[in-house]
Amino acid sequence: MSEKKSNLPALIGIVILFLFIILLENIRSFIPGLPMIFDPMSPLFTVLKKAAVYSLVAVSMNLLNGFTGLFSLGQAGFMLLGAYTYAILTVPSAMKDQVYYLFGGCAFQFSLVDFFQGIFGSAGAGYAVGLILSCLIAIILAGVVAGFFAFLIGFPVLRLKSDYLAIATLGFAEILRAIFQWQTLGPVTNGANMIKGFPTFTSFNITGAGGQVVLRLSTFVPFLITTVCIAIIVLLINSSYGRAFKSIRDDEIAAEAMGIRLFSHKMLSFVISSFFAGVGGAMFAMYVANAQAKAFTSTMTYEILLIVVIGGIGSVSGSVLATFLYVACSEWWLRFLDSEQYIGSFKVPLLRNGFRMVVFSVVIMIIVLFFSQGIMGNREIDLNAIFTGKKRRSGSQGK
Amino acid sequence: MEYAISVLLSGISVGGQYALIAIGYTLVYGILRLINFAHGDVFMVAGLMGIYFTAVLPISLSLPLVIILTVLLGFTIERVAYKPLRDAPRMSVMISAIGVSYLLQNTATYVTGGQPMTYPTIPFLSGTVNVAGTQTKWVVILTPILVLTLVVLLSLLINRTKVGMAMRAVSKDFETSRLMGIRINSVISVTFIIGSALAAVGSVLFFTNYPAITPMAGAMPGLKAFVAAVFGGIGSIPGAVIGAFIIGICETIIKGLPSSWDVSVFSDAFTFALLILILVFKPQGLFGEAATDKV
Repeated sequence: MSEKKSNLPALIGIVILFLFIILLENIRSFIPGLPMIFDPMSPLFTVLKKAAVYSLVAVSMNLLNGFTGLFSLGQAGFMLLGAYTYAILTVPSAMKDQVYYLFGGCAFQFSLVDFFQGIFGSAGAGYAVGLILSCLIAIILAGVVAGFFAFLIGFPVLRLKSDYLAIATLGFAEILRAIFQWQTLGPVTNGANMIKGFPTFTSFNITGAGGQVVLRLSTFVPFLITTVCIAIIVLLINSSYGRAFKSIRDDEIAAEAMGIRLFSHKMLSFVISSFFAGVGGAMFAMYVANAQAKAFTSTMTYEILLIVVIGGIGSVSGSVLATFLYVACSEWWLRFLDSEQYIGSFKVPLLRNGFRMVVFSVVIMIIVLFFSQGIMGNREIDLNAIFTGKKRRSGSQGK
Repeated sequence: MEYAISVLLSGISVGGQYALIAIGYTLVYGILRLINFAHGDVFMVAGLMGIYFTAVLPISLSLPLVIILTVLLGFTIERVAYKPLRDAPRMSVMISAIGVSYLLQNTATYVTGGQPMTYPTIPFLSGTVNVAGTQTKWVVILTPILVLTLVVLLSLLINRTKVGMAMRAVSKDFETSRLMGIRINSVISVTFIIGSALAAVGSVLFFTNYPAITPMAGAMPGLKAFVAAVFGGIGSIPGAVIGAFIIGICETIIKGLPSSWDVSVFSDAFTFALLILILVFKPQGLFGEAATDKV
């Protein structure tokens, strides 16, 4: 750890990845003859976007469950807070009456999008700057709101141990879901109905004067946000705070004896994890183009937990890898199991709607039971090593 | 007044149904220190089996069959998903339980095609009866009686029989009882068998009241029953039953409040608020033993 590492190769690698993604989603407009898989509507891009969003949430959950040893199941609740904060702040005023028609308009008239359009104008480059700024601020505020709630919830909850903590955070997520579906708060949260009309990933596609898309960026944007957030989490994990988190995970009493303040470190980890879950929630709202409390159930938390387990509890790169595999399997590669298939004239039995998820959950059970280390265990993929081709001495990784 | 009585009655009956599920949680937690997240889904599967069997078999035959198969399911889940992880960290077992729950829900979606299924009307239970001027179903009256009978039988089993003694010993100290020659695995199996059988009985009563079964139908009652078990003091059977009755009654009261107050959406949230309050102020629950926190 003492030697100064240069992260330049990893940075270059990430930039190349970004360029590759931009190229990938635009390639069909340059070379129209390419297969349908490169069409912007193809499952490939759905998977990439969804996985980018989920991997941030998975990494944020891993920070808490894997690196700090706090078994929390409140992730969906914090995502919900993030999604609603983002949505409420960015629905343009002109859309509000239409979205909140059941409640006779919105009680919260302010909209970041309008605010910045008022400053930078609503066309051309000014529009782009306004859009980027409003989305950025809304996403950060989404994280801040989620983090703030985590701070409040943390006082009672973080005193609990292992499975009680899990069930209490799960309970908080359910309470939040009920509050956001409450009709009395309808003028702000739109009750049980969805909020829509806010800027989504597709809003970032650059369009020409005639409305036709010139440059697609709708897959690039979630990648950019997720990469920045995960980089921050990785920096945190490698800092002295991260080492304190890991020592709490490994042995609370020993950590306390070494002078680590347990409660404040647990709180810090909880708040940061929830901040990024909130950011992830805002991105999820952008991905599905609506915000609705009904979507953020405990099943969503379980899904993310299973991703973390598959990737390896305590491995950031494992979580990212597992997210892409998980999302690709569930949304794309295993789709064929959901419809009738014929091999020659032989009809494959059992295949019909829902079979994909059965196979999928059996695979997950096998991983949980027989490969409890997951894909990566607690090792990490060293980006620098990949892009320089040199293998580093991995002694400093340790446990 | 009549309205109040009918709300109270249905509260007691819902509470009784939660109690039957809660016992399964509290027994398993007492012995394995595991929140068996799949228990609510076992309850849901029992409900689905009830639908499919009554479609082809007479009710007198299909209900015992449902109970037997649910017991078998609970037993198999323990053997396949929890037993291999006996020496693994507690969190891995809990993750495995979440995995089983996911599997059961997805399988149910596959089998039913995701459509809500309607529970059959069981002739006697669905019949109506007049109590203090309010019409109600027989199931509402019978549930608390049945629950109390089963709890008495269960207490006899735990306090008077050899298996019961073994169960108490294992819940007191897992390792020592293993050294004392108690066959841990068979004790744990018995626990799961009792829990699943009670969940099957609970499913008949619960779904006679709320006849729509979706693959997610077990999750919420399951979580509430777990909260009831924590509320009453996890590991304590009378505690779980009383906790379940309190939660059932409070929930129906909240649902029954005037709709102008607009609070019925909080009937689920209330349960969790109760959970957090009890965890913060009296973590051992109403009747639980003071936690011996082995650090």
